[in-house]
Amino acid sequence: MNTMQRSGSGSLQSPRSPSSQAPFLSVSVTDPAKMGNGVQAYISYKVITKTNLPEYQGNEKIVIRRYSDFVWLHDRLFEKYKGIFIPPLPEKSTVEKFRFSAEFIEMRRQALDVFVNRIASHHELRQSDDLRIFLQADEQTMDRARFQETGIFKKKPADLIQIFKDVQSKVSDVVLGKEKPVEESTPEYEKMKNYIFELEDHLAEAQKHAFRLVKRHRELGESLSEFGKAVKLLGTCDDDALGKAFSELGAKSEIISIKLQKEAHHLLMNFEEPLKDYVRAVQSIKATIAERAAAFKKQCELAETIKFKEIDLNKYRLTRSEKLAEAEREYEMLKAEGEETSRRFDTIVRLMNEEIVRFQEQKTSDMGLAFHEFAKGQARLSNGIADAWRSLLPKLEAHSS
Amino acid sequence: MMGYENQESHLYASKEEMESLVLDDDSPNGTAHPFSDPLSSSSSLPFAEIPTDQSQTPNSSFNSILEPPSYAEAIFRSFDADHSSPQLNGAHDHSIASPSSPPSSDDFLTITVSDPQKEQELSNSLVPGGTAYVTYLITTRTNLPEFDGTEFSVRRRFRDVVTLSDRLAESYRGFFIPLRPDKSVVESQVMQKQEFLEQRRAALEKYLRRLAAHPVIRRSEELRMFLEANGKLPLVRTTDVASRMLDGAVQLPKQIFGETAGGMVDANEVAQPAKGGRDLLRIFRELKQSVSNDWGGVKPPVVEEDKELVEKKQKLHDFEQQLSNVSQQAEALVKAQQDIGETMGQMGLAFVKLTKFETERAVYDSQRTRAADMKNVATASVKASRLYRELNAQTVKHLDKLHEYLGVMLAVNNAFSDRSSALLTVQTLLSELSSLNSRIEKLEAAASKIFGGDRSRIRKIEELKETHRVTEDAKSSAVKEYERIKENNKNELERFEKERHDDFLGMLRGFIVNQAGYAEKMANVWKTVAEETSGYAKHGS
Repeated sequence: MNTMQRSGSGSLQSPRSPSSQAPFLSVSVTDPAKMGNGVQAYISYKVITKTNLPEYQGNEKIVIRRYSDFVWLHDRLFEKYKGIFIPPLPEKSTVEKFRFSAEFIEMRRQALDVFVNRIASHHELRQSDDLRIFLQADEQTMDRARFQETGIFKKKPADLIQIFKDVQSKVSDVVLGKEKPVEESTPEYEKMKNYIFELEDHLAEAQKHAFRLVKRHRELGESLSEFGKAVKLLGTCDDDALGKAFSELGAKSEIISIKLQKEAHHLLMNFEEPLKDYVRAVQSIKATIAERAAAFKKQCELAETIKFKEIDLNKYRLTRSEKLAEAEREYEMLKAEGEETSRRFDTIVRLMNEEIVRFQEQKTSDMGLAFHEFAKGQARLSNGIADAWRSLLPKLEAHSS
Repeated sequence: MMGYENQESHLYASKEEMESLVLDDDSPNGTAHPFSDPLSSSSSLPFAEIPTDQSQTPNSSFNSILEPPSYAEAIFRSFDADHSSPQLNGAHDHSIASPSSPPSSDDFLTITVSDPQKEQELSNSLVPGGTAYVTYLITTRTNLPEFDGTEFSVRRRFRDVVTLSDRLAESYRGFFIPLRPDKSVVESQVMQKQEFLEQRRAALEKYLRRLAAHPVIRRSEELRMFLEANGKLPLVRTTDVASRMLDGAVQLPKQIFGETAGGMVDANEVAQPAKGGRDLLRIFRELKQSVSNDWGGVKPPVVEEDKELVEKKQKLHDFEQQLSNVSQQAEALVKAQQDIGETMGQMGLAFVKLTKFETERAVYDSQRTRAADMKNVATASVKASRLYRELNAQTVKHLDKLHEYLGVMLAVNNAFSDRSSALLTVQTLLSELSSLNSRIEKLEAAASKIFGGDRSRIRKIEELKETHRVTEDAKSSAVKEYERIKENNKNELERFEKERHDDFLGMLRGFIVNQAGYAEKMANVWKTVAEETSGYAKHGS
């Protein structure tokens, strides 16, 4: 299902025809294949890029990538494009036996495809060098880049969690009216933060039930199948009309059971997964919120440091100390750093404001499609079930007479 | 039919054992039993009927969701209507194993059980203050001629039901008699008082209604007395073992050996199944006989010659096993239907909350649009959840028939047991006769060798010949009983086969119509949402 959520709002749509002069960049993630053996085994994917952009070599390029390559891309973008809501990745699988199940692999492939396409259709992210490396570099170069990453730029998970915790506690502190100098507290931003945090809770609950609903479809299918088998056996006890009626009912039950299993899969891929994707997107926003808080804090702390430096500077001027020259140099450096930091912070704020609009629009169309698929699937299932049962009735009439 | 008339005379014979007055002294034949064929075929099928009149005003709530009537809808509606229409024979719920109509469609016997009340046992027990027990009000409405009135009530306790059940089992050997509710001692301790009483009340009602639905048993004197006789139930309880053992030592020789001088053995006594206590010795003999049947090299004198019956029994056994399996799977199916309905509802509620949230906090129009879409899905999910719940309630009612028939199979097994034990009695007596004969022969041979006769031997021969005559009578009686039971088996089997056929086809139809109908309703709910959100599909593909 590559058709899911390809469009980004406001950015270039990718026309299909390669002969068109408008620039396009179209990516697909396909053909998952198991590589290696035992503990080292992993899944590799084909990433196919079709483009007419000059920065890319040629019209079409195929590379092989694995999950950790996608993680590399995500983390690089997160570092470089603070303020932008980086498209979320599917989760790492912790349960060993599930890792190579067909369903998991397909779900992951779909999610990775959506991930790359969202980057490719984001007006800023699509220009990143890291994206180009990811889409074009040969496998050895990719491996090297990935190994370099570990340790240097990666934030340790513990750090991130601490940042989340800080952000969450600070949200409530400001709401409670406690003044904290290093905390941004404009009312609109507060509102937005609260919205994001509560949204995550609501979405998580809906997603939980959606996941259960998938399971229930499967369970109903199984029990109907078992019921059908038992009824068929009952049918063999009589070789008259009653026996035939039982056999027909049993057979029909098994057919309907298959429909239920099919719908369970459709529900998983086209409804539950988009919901999960929505949750991930909100979590990505939370990460950006944390980045903004860090940038704000740095800005404030730097401002403090500069103030103290000014005091020192004046002291040195008055006393005509030798330290003055050095202190002046340091002061200039600090001022430059302060401006840089402020600039970065302002960028984050500006980007976030744009991003939130894009996010809301994208989610409306993502969820709209998901709802449509859900309703379509349920209607198709119910109609199929109704037709199947109804088809038995004429035969039953015949048996009764 | 010969079988039934024999049962009649036997019935009056056993009346002599009853402790209190028998109200009805009518002669045993003629008027009391206008027996038309109990297997008359005019059974109406509550579920199978397709009405010609489709203009009934449905009171069902889901019509608001649907528009043009469909095939399933038409049948479905008729099914609903049948639910609410009163049915004959006290069959308000269609959980009765034998809904075949009574011989004349005017006859009815409607029984209701209600109003459990606590009462004190009068102090004839050893426990000071007496023990408490519960009585139920049994209300009957009928126009059957055997009854004195048309509407009357009595109070009965559970012990009375046990007595009724025991007496019926004795009088109607070979019949498929519905099983009475369990004594369930454990449950009465574990459950809440109210819950237990209600459960028992419902079980009693079901049981009595099933008895009333049986074409032969509904006209039994035992049932009539239970339903009508005021005050204490005039049916004898099973007496305690000790007194029967005392009896037994005296009775048995009468039954089997006939040694008392001029002793009049009630041949009908023999025809009764051997019971514990008083018939202890007889049981031993019959056990010995059955062992020799199984292990002895000699073929028993009379065997179950009906091969067809043996086959039928095997088939019924297979049917019972498969039925039990289906019943289990049906339970699992019902659970799965319940679960999916619940989860659908919970998800709907989660989306309702989300919708409210988005609406309240909306800053952008895209949020408002999303909230509107979400609301549609939420509403549809909640509707679907309700439909699942209704579907399941109906499914339970239909599939309950499976469970019910498992009970009927037990009754069938009992009836076949009656036959086996009657046969065993015959075989035992034949065996006795045969051994008596050989003893007589031996003695006669020995006596003839002595010229002039051997007085003691001759006396012995006379005694043995007397015993032989008595035993011969007992054997005739036992054979008659066996034949009677065979006939009952045969008739009941025919009735059962037909009812089973009709009941199960009805159940299947009901189940299928139910499933199809609700699936159709659900499809309509989702079709609307799919149409409303179809705009998004174009963007995506």
